[in-house]
Amino acid sequence: MTLAVNKISKQFGRFPALNSVSLQAREGEFLALLGPSGSGKTTLLRVIAGLDKPDQGSVFMDGVDFLKLSARERRVGLVFQQYALFRHMTVAKNIAFGLDVRPGKSRPSRQAIKARVDELLALTHIQGLGDRYPAQLSGGQRQRVAVARALAFEPRILLLDEPFGALDTKVRKELRSELRRIHDETGVTTILVTHDQEEAMALADRVVLMNRGQIEQLGSPQELDDAPASPFVFEFLGECNRLPCKVSGGVALNNGFAAPIIGGGTSEGEGEALFRPSDTQLDSGPVGDGLPVRVVQVGGRGALRTIECQALSGHRLFAELPEHLAGHFEAGQRARLTARRVVVDIKAKSADPSASHLEAPTREIA
Amino acid sequence: MSTSLALIASESLPRRRLYWREPSPLPGFRLAFGFTLFYVGLIILLPLAALVSRPWEHGISGFLSSILEPRTLASLRLSFLAAVFAALANVVLGVAVAWVLTRYEFPGRSVFDALVDLPFALPTAVAGIALATLYSQNGWIGSPLQAIGLKVAYTPTGVFVALLAVGLPYVVRSVQPVLEDMEAAIEEAARTLGANALQTSTRIVLPALAPALLSGFAMAFARGAGEYGSVIFIAGNMPGVSEIAPLVIVSKLEQYDYSGAAAVGVAMLLISLAALVGINALQIAFSRRGER
Repeated sequence: MTLAVNKISKQFGRFPALNSVSLQAREGEFLALLGPSGSGKTTLLRVIAGLDKPDQGSVFMDGVDFLKLSARERRVGLVFQQYALFRHMTVAKNIAFGLDVRPGKSRPSRQAIKARVDELLALTHIQGLGDRYPAQLSGGQRQRVAVARALAFEPRILLLDEPFGALDTKVRKELRSELRRIHDETGVTTILVTHDQEEAMALADRVVLMNRGQIEQLGSPQELDDAPASPFVFEFLGECNRLPCKVSGGVALNNGFAAPIIGGGTSEGEGEALFRPSDTQLDSGPVGDGLPVRVVQVGGRGALRTIECQALSGHRLFAELPEHLAGHFEAGQRARLTARRVVVDIKAKSADPSASHLEAPTREIA
Repeated sequence: MSTSLALIASESLPRRRLYWREPSPLPGFRLAFGFTLFYVGLIILLPLAALVSRPWEHGISGFLSSILEPRTLASLRLSFLAAVFAALANVVLGVAVAWVLTRYEFPGRSVFDALVDLPFALPTAVAGIALATLYSQNGWIGSPLQAIGLKVAYTPTGVFVALLAVGLPYVVRSVQPVLEDMEAAIEEAARTLGANALQTSTRIVLPALAPALLSGFAMAFARGAGEYGSVIFIAGNMPGVSEIAPLVIVSKLEQYDYSGAAAVGVAMLLISLAALVGINALQIAFSRRGER
């Protein structure tokens, strides 16, 4: 089943929640709508489900005009963050609800519904819980019931709104892989709304990164990682160091620091270089390329260590190094810092470090 | 030594000790419990005991003859039937009012919300006089109703109307918080699963409201059965037709028939008690469902 969302706009009062958003989901695809809160991802999901009406645009599912159908006619499986289970019904009744409420002729027989419920209890690995009430289940089990309920009536598409938001980390990771397995077994086209970039990148075939009601970038996790379309995308997908720089010939420069800009970079001038701690390299030798820094602290445990450095200008920069390389550094030592790849935010004026790093104690660089 | 201790401990674990009360980390149980006992005794049990001890001057036959008077029986029937029907009607109306107050945003909503409580605050006699004026033959509502042959004031219907007004806030105020707490997502889930409006209300919303509806019904019923002030002005108080039980009690008192008045009082007490116990049992059954 293919979903085609075309130029959807939606305003709440004067707040533009969605601004001409277009995307397509291929048959059986797993999409993640990713973005900070207020980016419009949940609104887009509710527009697709029929719970919110867009001001403009169209939504087609396999050629069917979704906007002409009410939420109950769309046959869309929706999973809510707070489960939204029916508390006075058993798990089995909850799962069967979508089939139970069908009008006379199209309602499956009692046995057929029971068989379908058993099938879904097995699919979501909650066999034996059919007779319990939601209040008797753990959060993870409740969300499994919600997924089973949304799948029971064979929806055209499965939509999940921050489904793991209310769960603790361990259960969240477990359910995450379960969700992918359930998707792969059923082949249902799935759209997941999340603000957790790790979740989106780990689960989805393609990620739709949204910001302020618009799509910043749409692509596979690999594409978003390798070729971020904007500094926002790069910053949203992981931790970043920020360093003022000059841009010349596709390279970001600052006092010995010279790093290639992802995608080359066409504009010249001043800006801020954004780069990941994991892309940051440190050299302890006295001479050579690199921004002169002083090691402030070596932290972390295990295979990866985080080394906090301070540049002469006062900027704090973090480098993530494997244990055997991090061993060369200790607090107070001088080093030279470079990055494998950077993204440059041209618009951003380089901030006064003493103002933007008030929380960090200023140290003299000897 | 330590192993044998552990053994004893593990053996005695499954046997559940019967506590007279569950141990609680909150201090002050004795004081609070003593006060509660004293207060319940002083305010509720003592007057009831006085009432129950009163009607036996002429023995059990005197008690029975006071109650079994046709006039008394008719008044008891009217009081309790009108209370039941008014409470039932209030359940329907109250859900509608609570629904509007919680689910929609409109100008003047908070004023409406406050108006619901007015029957609580209004002296019942004031409400009674107002209703009697409205529904009398020349009243704003009474005269058009008269034209289509419906007489409300000075009939049993008048009793029903008065109890309708008195009982509404009980239902609204017990249902409203439950509706407010019910996540919109629950109804949205039902909708996306294909339920129509009727199915969503009957299968999702009403079952969730059931305990609150019952307690609203119980309170409206209890209040209605004992209501005096607002009813006597509109009821007309024709013995055997539109006379309520509390009025029978008052008229017996006025004739210095204290034991007769107490007998009717005890009868009302027993009927109310039986009804409330029944409602409570239902409520426990409802709230057990889906919990633990």
